[in-house]
Amino acid sequence: MDIKVKSACDTCAHFNAKGLKKLGVNTSNFDFVIALAGNPNTGKSTVFNALTGLKQHTGNWPGKTVTRAEGGFEYNEKKYKLIDLPGTYSLLSTSEDEEVARNFILFGKPSVTVIVVDASRLERNLNLVLQILEITDKAVLCLNLIDEATRNGIEINTRTLARDLGIPVVPTSARFNKGIPELIQTISEVASGKIWCKPHRIKNIPKNIEKAMEKLATKIEKEYPTIPNSRWIALRLLEGDTQIIKALKTQEFV
Amino acid sequence: MENKNIDDILALSKELRWQIGDDFHDHLAEGIYADAAEIVGDAITKKNKKNKFSIDSKIDRIVTSKTWGFPIMFLVLAVILWLTITGANYPSSLLAKILLNDFHPLLKNLATTINTPWWLSGFLIDGVYLSVAWVISVMLPPMAIFFPLFTLLEDFGYLPRVAFNLDSLFKKSGAHGKQALTMSMGFGCNAAGVIATRIIDSPRERLIAIITNNFSLCNGRWPTQILIATIFIGATVPAAFSGIASLVAVIAIALLGIFFMFFSSWALSKTILKGEVSTFNLELPPYRPPRFWKTIYTSLIDRTLIVLWRAIIFAAPAGAVIWLISNIYIGNESVAAWIINSLDGFGFLLGLNGVILLAFIVAIPANEIIIPTILMLTVLVTGISVGNGAGVMFELDSANATGEILRAGGWTLLTAVNIMLFSLLHNPCSTTIYTIYKETKSLKWTTVATVLPVIMGLIVTFLVAQIWRIVF
Repeated sequence: MDIKVKSACDTCAHFNAKGLKKLGVNTSNFDFVIALAGNPNTGKSTVFNALTGLKQHTGNWPGKTVTRAEGGFEYNEKKYKLIDLPGTYSLLSTSEDEEVARNFILFGKPSVTVIVVDASRLERNLNLVLQILEITDKAVLCLNLIDEATRNGIEINTRTLARDLGIPVVPTSARFNKGIPELIQTISEVASGKIWCKPHRIKNIPKNIEKAMEKLATKIEKEYPTIPNSRWIALRLLEGDTQIIKALKTQEFV
Repeated sequence: MENKNIDDILALSKELRWQIGDDFHDHLAEGIYADAAEIVGDAITKKNKKNKFSIDSKIDRIVTSKTWGFPIMFLVLAVILWLTITGANYPSSLLAKILLNDFHPLLKNLATTINTPWWLSGFLIDGVYLSVAWVISVMLPPMAIFFPLFTLLEDFGYLPRVAFNLDSLFKKSGAHGKQALTMSMGFGCNAAGVIATRIIDSPRERLIAIITNNFSLCNGRWPTQILIATIFIGATVPAAFSGIASLVAVIAIALLGIFFMFFSSWALSKTILKGEVSTFNLELPPYRPPRFWKTIYTSLIDRTLIVLWRAIIFAAPAGAVIWLISNIYIGNESVAAWIINSLDGFGFLLGLNGVILLAFIVAIPANEIIIPTILMLTVLVTGISVGNGAGVMFELDSANATGEILRAGGWTLLTAVNIMLFSLLHNPCSTTIYTIYKETKSLKWTTVATVLPVIMGLIVTFLVAQIWRIVF
């Protein structure tokens, strides 16, 4: 057996820049679908551009991504299709953009959901993160604008954060292309199952709601044993989400 | 049957929903925030208390203050316009010299040497080529300055502050506060502004934003305003102040456009688009130093070239049409002369003339070719010997020479004022009309958006002309 190893980098599990090809809008025959979610104005579009090599216009005002943008990249011979979802603060209301984001993460079943947050405003951003983690268990937290946070004297222990959230955390500064290789590497590892997420589930739910939720969730799990987000579906049923009711009736969760 | 189980689940959820009561949503949100606080408490340490947010909020206190908010907005607008106007002058005349004075005769000579029939070389070179060359030399420099400046401002984070300042005015006129953002986009290009209205959720308020976007003076119309203001308004004051006077005139037109935008938003929301104003959250994002060169690069590629390309595509056939109507004769008169003569009476009522009205019709595909069309048609009608023959678009080297032709065509200060008004208040260009149709998918609203500004323009110019003639 003589396997030639040209350099240590070729076999290293870490980011291998040679394996990266930005595909722009060419997204045919992809292996994985990656959803990009996050609050407005956290630099989601900048992350999207950095990953795909596209030049979707970015601007410093919330809500400027008006159409769902798609793009792609190829990494280590796997093709990834990237969907840039509209920026939202939450997934609980009936507004159109929240519905688009919520339904895509739930029904689009992305291989990985990358949640972009503003590192300086982590606490407020976590509202959305925790909701997304109720829906999907394959997610990566992209701690964007980390340079701004550092300048503002905010220090984030990413390991503690990753442990608490149960998903990998990658600090980035997409405007300056920092952390993007690590992000790509992490996405690929979550997509391929190398990294197994154990997402945080909301704990501080008032007793009466929790009881109702658990009761419903158990019933739902009985019906669909493989469902990963019975708690979320239970919550949405308590809310009276007609889309979910319809989906249950048409067996979309099987 | 499985369906029975699902019905059970749904029945149970209904029952439980009654049990947990109304506060469900609030309690859940509180729970999520409690979790978030715990996690953040674990993972974050703040080193120094004094941070950048305090600087941000200090800036915000000034730029969104009741006293300074509006003056600062006007000042920013004035500076951007001033940079665009003065900065575009030199490259514009350079491009005009190369494309029109040097390259055009060259092409003509070439056509003669290879024995091209006169009508073909006239159609292609004097019609299509010249209109394209004119649009490039007039449009490219101001766009290459205006768009990057605007994008820098956008990246810095100023636009949401504009929206914040204008919010109460929009609310009073029954429109959505985010319309401030789409209005600002319209100052670059109305078609882009119409697409940007997608950020408005409520269909009613979105329609208002679409219909009134045309009142934002777009990039194709800035050059017209600037040129006419320079020739006619600037000439009414001593030379030392003529620059300021024309700048003030142009800004006044832009502000008048904003006034009309508010007025028609209000009128629409009180009549055919009645409804409640929806509330929304607008986050004032942190100020971020723009990435200068990257912004310049992307705004040049993304906006300037795309808009320029669009203008060229529309200018080429328009140039051909102008050449044709000027060179096809019915009896003794060209088609153009026929139309102009029949429009002259109506034009007089509006303080305009037949030439101008015909130019606005020919220039429906692209507002930026209005001035060259007017010049060419004026020469045709007055018969003064400038330019290169019938139906040839041209650009004169100096504003003075342009002014002389226009005065020879019977222009007065009234004509100038009214053409500035009519350029602000007339139908959107065909690209914008098409975009409106694509966005609304409704012939009715597209028609409203197209006809409404024309009616306003007719009324305003008519009134101005009548009052002017009584007073002066």
